[in-house]
Parts: sequence; C-alpha cells; structure tokens
Amino acid sequence: MATTRATPGDLKLVQLTRHFEDFVAVAGIDLVVPGGSFFALLGPSGCGKTTTLRMVAGLEEPTSGQILLGADDITGTRAYQRKVNTVFQSYALFPHLSVLDNVGFGLRQRKVGDWQRRAMEALELVKLADRAKQRPRQLSGGMQQRVALARAIVNEPDVLLLDEPLGALDLKLRREMQIELKRIQQEVGITFIHVTHDQEEAMTMADTVAVMRAGRLEQVGAPADLYDHPATTFVANFLGQSNLLPLEGFSDPGGEFVTAHAHGIGLVVERAQLPAGMVVRAQVAAVDSAVHLGIRPEKLRILGPNDPPSANRLGGLVTDASFNGVATTYLVSMPWGQELTVTRPNDGSPRAQRGDEVTLGWDPNQAFVLAEAD
Amino acid sequence: MAALTQAAVGAEAPVSRPRRRGGLVPLVLLAPALLWLVVFFVVPTISLASQSLQTGDIDNGFMLTWNFAVYAEAMARYWPQFLRSMVYAASATLGTLLLGYPLAWFIAHRSGRWKNVLLVLVVAPFFTNFLIRTLAWQIILTDNGPVTGFFRATGLTTVLQAMGLTDNDSLLGSQFAVICGLVYNFLPFMVLPLYTILERLDVRLLDAAGDLYANGWQTFWRVIWPLSLPGVVSGTLLTFIPAAGDYINSRLLGNTQTVMIGQVIDAQFLRVLDYPIAAALSFILMAAIIVLVAGYVRAAGTEELV
Repeated sequence: MATTRATPGDLKLVQLTRHFEDFVAVAGIDLVVPGGSFFALLGPSGCGKTTTLRMVAGLEEPTSGQILLGADDITGTRAYQRKVNTVFQSYALFPHLSVLDNVGFGLRQRKVGDWQRRAMEALELVKLADRAKQRPRQLSGGMQQRVALARAIVNEPDVLLLDEPLGALDLKLRREMQIELKRIQQEVGITFIHVTHDQEEAMTMADTVAVMRAGRLEQVGAPADLYDHPATTFVANFLGQSNLLPLEGFSDPGGEFVTAHAHGIGLVVERAQLPAGMVVRAQVAAVDSAVHLGIRPEKLRILGPNDPPSANRLGGLVTDASFNGVATTYLVSMPWGQELTVTRPNDGSPRAQRGDEVTLGWDPNQAFVLAEAD
Repeated sequence: MAALTQAAVGAEAPVSRPRRRGGLVPLVLLAPALLWLVVFFVVPTISLASQSLQTGDIDNGFMLTWNFAVYAEAMARYWPQFLRSMVYAASATLGTLLLGYPLAWFIAHRSGRWKNVLLVLVVAPFFTNFLIRTLAWQIILTDNGPVTGFFRATGLTTVLQAMGLTDNDSLLGSQFAVICGLVYNFLPFMVLPLYTILERLDVRLLDAAGDLYANGWQTFWRVIWPLSLPGVVSGTLLTFIPAAGDYINSRLLGNTQTVMIGQVIDAQFLRVLDYPIAAALSFILMAAIIVLVAGYVRAAGTEELV
C-alpha cells in the first residue's frame, strides 16, 4: 500500500511558541522535518516536546508561530482537518469498539468505502488480524500499542506522531517494537515524528534526532553526529555520558592538531573536532571557563606497559570498578579531584582493580570541544 | 498454559482448601436484604394482589372472589390517566436528560475546584421536603410572578398554548407546570449517575477522536455518548420510574385535566376507599413499568456495556 505513495511534503515549524499562562512550554522553535524521514524529538520530561507534538497534531493551539505541511499552512486548522495522526502515549483506544472498529474509526469518519478491508490490512501489518473482533482491554499492552499504531497508520497520514508510544512496555517488548516501528516506517514511507525521553530509543530508531531543552531546540542532527559532536554540555550529558575537562586555553602549533590546556596538562585535539567557527589563536589564549574538552567513557583506554604510546596521557587512581558482563566501568580520580568515567569492553584485556594507579589515553580525534557561555 | 494454571492451583491448594466451606457466607450476607424484601415487598405484593381480586365495600367488608374483571374495569376507566402518566414521565425524563447531561459534563470536566460545591448544589433541594419544594413551584409559576410575566412578555405563553401544554396565558395549573415540576424534582437522579460515568470517562479519548477526523459533534455521538450509556440508562430509570407513579406534582401544579395515575390510586385508596380498583391499578402500573424497563434495558444493550 505504500510503494505507490508519493513522499509526503516536509513539515516545517516556524518560530513555534506555546505559553501556558506564565510558563513558556515551547519558546520559538524552527525546525524542518524532511518528508518520509524518521525523526525523533528527544528531551527530558517538561522540555516541551509533547506540547510541540500536540501542536502539530492540532490538539494544542500555538501562542504564535506557524506550522507548514508541504506547501500548506495548517496552523489554524483543527485536529480533524489535518492529515496528521497520532499514536498516543496512553494508546487512547476506544473501549466500546472492537479492535477492527478502532482501526476503522478514521476511515469511516472520512467515509472511506472499503474501510473494513483496509483496516484488516493495517491489522495484518501489525500482525493482529486474528484479534480484530476483540475489545482493546482483552489485549496485552504491547498488542494495544500495535492497535494504536494500526489505527493511526491506516489513514495514510502525511505525518505520523508517536508520543512516547513505547513508554509503558517492558524492556524486551520495547526493543522488539523499536525494530517493528522502524520496519513499518520503511514499509509505509510516512514521516514519523517520535517523541521520547529515552536517548537510546531515539538514536536506535531515528534518522534525525532533535534534542530539546526547556522549550528550545538544543541540537539537531543524525544520531552519530550528535553523539560524537555534541554542541552543548547538555547534549553531551543527555546523549550518553561524557567526561568534561574544563580548559584554560589553547595553543596552536599549526597543522592538523591544536593543544588544549587543562590543569596545566597539554592535551592534543584534532582541529576537526573543534566546534565550527571557533577561533584558536597561535599563543595560549585566555578562553572563558565555559570551554570544555569532552571525552566519552568508552573512548578512554587504560594504557598498559606494552601499549603503543598515546598522544594524550592522564594519570589517576582507580576509585571504583564495576563489572556488568559486557564491560567494566571504572571511576578514575584525577590529581585535581575530578573523577573520570572509563568504560572498557570485556575483551580479555587485563582489568584494573580499585586502588590501582593507571594512565589513561585517547586519540586526538576522539575528543570534542564544547564552547558555550552557559 | 494449562500446565501453568495447574501449577498455580497446585501451589495454592494447601492454603485455601475446599471452596464449599464459604457457601454459607454469601447467604448470611444476603439474609438481611432477603428478609427485608420478603417483609416489605413480597408480602405486601401478595396481599395487594389478593386485595385486587376481592369484591365488596368498606362497610360490609371485602371477600376474595377472584374477580379478574376488575383489571379490565380499571383500565377501561383510567386508561387516559395511565397513558398521561407515561407520557409525562417520558417527557420529564427527556427534560432531565437534556438539562442534566450538559450539567453533569460540566461538573465532571469543567468545574475545576468548584466540583464539590456544584455537586452539593445538585443535591441541595433534597434538604427540603418534597412537598415544600413542589409548593415553591406554585409560587414560582404564579400568575403575577416574574416568570409568568417574562413568558407573557416574550410571547412564550402563546407558544405553549399553541402546543397544548397550557390552556390559557397562565403557567400554573397546566401540563407544562406538571412536567416542569417533575423535571425539577427528579433532576438530581439524572445528574448524579451521569456525573459518575462522565467523570470516569478518559478525556484523552476525545483527543484521539479529534485526531481521527471526528469533529466535536461526531466525537460526542461516536465516543462520549456510547461510553456514557450506562449512566444514561440508570439516570433515565431513576427518573422515569418514580415520575410515572408521582402524584404530588400533578396535584399541586396541574389541573383536573392533568391527573396522573398516582393521583387516582391515592384517591381510590384513601378517599373513595375502593381498594380492589386501587390495588389493580397499582399492579398494572408496576407491571407496565417492569415491561417498559426490561424492553428499554435490552434495547440499550447494557449487559454489553457494564
């Protein structure tokens, strides 16, 4: 049913704002969601992601700003007039209707003649055709979630909104549904906008992730870009863990690398890892304290005596080692008191113990620099 | 699955032994209610039935003569009042539904912190005696009162008269007044069950309906209304049944042309002292209500909803 579909138009949010009395839930968002993409809105609870979603759905009126779908300005239209459907966090299945009637609700509302056949097709897509006659409450949570998905998808909207749809499922089922959702998205070619506070879920599923914080967009990009090149400390800490070393300045010997200074130690950073537009002067420059060098825990190595020399070396004391099967996570205390988190895979290399003196190393292209006036 | 159930039962077995031992408990719990029913319902019903089949008069006493003809006679004489009672009760039920539904919705979902105050206000009339409340409507609808004045000024009296709800340009002493009284007196019986059901209604379903192309009106008919049916059914029953047997409103607010069956029974029992006719009418009323209610509940399909 999807192969013949033209790719839906882009969804554009222009300075979208929503106030609740004095509280600013969404503070002027500019965003383009390319048609046919799997887009994730990621952020902690209360960051305005659900409000944004509800404005796109037409369930919440923006205080100001515009919503464009393809070439049409849909800001002023009502929910039932938009080619947008939602999978609600609570599923919101109609308890008095059968599964089939739930899925057919939107089709019948639009007076689609063969609604039963198409509703059955949608149920087959989510592998629930044999449950068509049952009531929603007779199904498990995961099944209800799939009915909600079928009920939205069957309308072939231009944009499908998913409001934390996997939040109520257990971990194993959530993993399955993540894969399932991705498969369905590729099959039907609808634009998916997935709201979640689970960074792993967002990164696993989406082509593009937008990180929201306090009503604003913090950073938008592909999952790998966001992870390897976070633009702000918030993103660096929200998407996975980061060790942030406050920097006192840089020196620039020219060439491919620059040297960053932290606690009097020179650390080599590849120039490409610097934020775009950041100017590094030839001498040690006074940089304000909001400049950090960030290193992911899994990028840090514990250097053994036989390892090749590393460009970057930091000595410290292991204060904690916790083994979880896949990896061991160490806390390594630096001479200036900061504790760095180090994750080493369980690949047979010798493990450090609590109380060991270790030297940490990493590659110049594995660290990132954050410069922001917080 | 079967093995699982088996295992679960097996694990529980040593704790809760035979189920039969609890067999007496439900009976004990039911006993007071059963006793109550027997003493105050079954016995009076049988005595009423026997009374209806007696002949005689108050001076010479009544004898059980199995006079079934009294039922035909009762219907022949009083079918207009009977029919009128049903029509008034149905109109009043419709009126309470039309007034009560929006009110119940408002209290359940729009009243915020005023919810409890409004609920108290709904039942506040019960703090006053039924008779006094109805007498108050005599004052409200009195000929030189502001309500009648307003109706006359806006020409509504003419409209009501044209509809046959009043006989002249007064409001009191008319079908209109009787139905108003019934609506007023039974409104809480409609509002409270509706409120209970609407308050439980998940408003997120309204978002879902809107999202699935239903406008406000369609959302109401396809989602809210079907989900509120249990409340509608209990509200209409709680209103219709007592309204059909009511004898106060039509006496205080109506005229000789608005006599309801309750009034007739009241008069036959307490003034004319024709017990067989009164008993027969009571029986017919009860039977009619049972039949109507059974048909109604079946049509509304509550067994599927509850």
